[in-house]
Amino acid sequence: MSIAEPAVLAETHPGQGKPLIEMREISIAFGGIKAVDGASVDLMPGEVVGLLGHNGAGKSTLIKILSGAYKADSGLIRVDGEEVTVSSPRDAKRHGIETIYQTLALADNVDAAANIFLGRELLTGWGTLDDATMESETRKVMGRLNPHFRRFKEPVKALSGGQRQSVAIARAIYFNARVLIMDEPTAALGPAETKQVAELILQLKKQGIGIFLISHDLHDVFDLADRVTVMKNGKVVGTARTADVTQDEVLGMIISGKCPPAAVAGPGALKT
Amino acid sequence: MTETAPAPASPVREARGLADRLREIEFDPRMIGMVAALAVIWFGFNWLSDGAFLTPRNLWNLLVQTASIAIMACGMVLVIVTRNIDLSVGSMLGFVGMVVGLVQVRLLPELWGLEHPLTWLASLLLAMALGGLVGLLQGALIAYLAIPSFIVTLGGLLVWRGAAWWVTQGQTIAPMDSRFRPLGGGIEGAIGTSASWAIGIALCAVICLGAALIRRRRKRFGFVLRPLWAEIAIAGLGCAAVLAMVLVANAYILPAGVARRLVEAKGGTWPEGGFSIGHGLAVPVLMALGVGVVITFLAKRLRFGRYVFAIGGNPEAAQLSGVNTRKVLTLVFGLMGVLVGISACISTARLNAATNAAGTLDELYVIAAAVIGGTSLAGGVGTIAGAMLGALVMQSLQSGMVLIGVDAPLQNIVVGIVLVLAVWLDGLYRKRLG
Repeated sequence: MSIAEPAVLAETHPGQGKPLIEMREISIAFGGIKAVDGASVDLMPGEVVGLLGHNGAGKSTLIKILSGAYKADSGLIRVDGEEVTVSSPRDAKRHGIETIYQTLALADNVDAAANIFLGRELLTGWGTLDDATMESETRKVMGRLNPHFRRFKEPVKALSGGQRQSVAIARAIYFNARVLIMDEPTAALGPAETKQVAELILQLKKQGIGIFLISHDLHDVFDLADRVTVMKNGKVVGTARTADVTQDEVLGMIISGKCPPAAVAGPGALKT
Repeated sequence: MTETAPAPASPVREARGLADRLREIEFDPRMIGMVAALAVIWFGFNWLSDGAFLTPRNLWNLLVQTASIAIMACGMVLVIVTRNIDLSVGSMLGFVGMVVGLVQVRLLPELWGLEHPLTWLASLLLAMALGGLVGLLQGALIAYLAIPSFIVTLGGLLVWRGAAWWVTQGQTIAPMDSRFRPLGGGIEGAIGTSASWAIGIALCAVICLGAALIRRRRKRFGFVLRPLWAEIAIAGLGCAAVLAMVLVANAYILPAGVARRLVEAKGGTWPEGGFSIGHGLAVPVLMALGVGVVITFLAKRLRFGRYVFAIGGNPEAAQLSGVNTRKVLTLVFGLMGVLVGISACISTARLNAATNAAGTLDELYVIAAAVIGGTSLAGGVGTIAGAMLGALVMQSLQSGMVLIGVDAPLQNIVVGIVLVLAVWLDGLYRKRLG
């Protein structure tokens, strides 16, 4: 295998099992600009990995490659140790990779059930949409996330920010996701709703789901994440266990690209 | 019996307005507005024309004249819902009509002989296939090459009008096959009174049965149900509209000479003083109703329709959800083309000739019908029934103005103003209640 072996993982996870997701040496360029340049990240089952960096550091682009929205120019993706090709969102979903986008990616003009089952509609025996079953399932999954939710018949544009977030999350977890990608999940939420999302993340983690948490705000993710990977100018600065580093050290990685001793330096680390 | 859903697990009750409640029982208040507008137009013209508007004859002709635009409006709703537009439908209608005319009058008689019993069906299928191909071609340019639909179909407007001329170097082709002509309405396109009753009663049965089935299903899942009175009223209104249409169509009496020929052709004897035979429903009107039902089914009950609306609401979201948005878009334009093919047959049959000017300006009437019927040009919102009602509103305005002798230029001015007014009112409504 010519592509680098998971050194990062070996050092941060001595003696653990197979990673759920490995992204190795991923690169993608848009019009000559390398948005992601040789980035490697990985994720274990039941682990929360925070992906940090300034706006434009390449973290959202990297993760969109995993969710099938973009196709990498080079590099490889492994799921459960097996190399896979993810060339469309449909591929990603087939591997159990679900994404909650920063924009939520909801069709505003249709109701919650239509959004949750979009692209994966339940059908009756005659091949027609089984709206009754979809609504019933929607009531169940929304009941877990947001027990007060009642507006099942309304287009989601009529819902509040938190309710819309719930719909986006419901869509991601309904189909037994194994990997959840959350891009700035709390950017549009108030403190109470942010706390709710944090509780949900812990609950999903307990079920063995691996979670990528993307944020430009360190404080959002530091307490939730087991590890953080910091990106700068499309390259990985380094990866560290949150237990081994301080918030200030991670902040230093984000701002200046300086890798603390407890972190495993990546290609984007400041050369000293 | 109680009409409320099982009590929700949580006691939280949200304050709900009238619009919310109407939406909960899946009833669109805008449809009431459309029907009211139509009633105002009808009674207004009837008053202005001293009772000439609300006659069986005028209403029968009104429905026949609406059919072609109404059919294309069904497809246009889906096109506009996906945030696109199709400016080429009028020219496509001209082109498809010419090809069908040529095949039917010059080619098929040579192959199958004149007046072959299947000529009409071959013509109709050919028109649908050709229209579908043209639509798919335009759709592929829009979806896969990412050329804006406005430009592709503006090009199409010029290309297909030119092609329509090219088919016969501008010659008009006539007459059409005698089994093809009923597609355009007229006396031979009326199905007679008994068949009309049969269809009317069957439609009523379908309406009531459908309502009952949906209600039973919702009940099984414990969802909120419409109050029973509302359910009965809505189904009742539907049945009443169907039966009224049959009554009116049957009340439009065939001219005595035609009736006599008809009776004698069947071996009967024409009684002294004669008797009256009604027209019954017209074939193009039945075709339009059929298309409306099929496209509504497509839009509401199939994945395809769900994707069309999701793309209109948020194209990126649809794509990220794994919807093949390009394929869906191409198919929407293909479907539009198939419907243009049907309308081309109706227009050609009605005129009993294929001319290269057929369908001129139809694109504007079709778009106007869809928009008056509540389709939002911003995408994501629109109903088939609304668009068909919109087509009827437009045609009512035009026929009404002809009936009371309004000059042609003034007719266009009025139709234009009504279009702008309707969209403004719809926007106001949405802002207040949407």
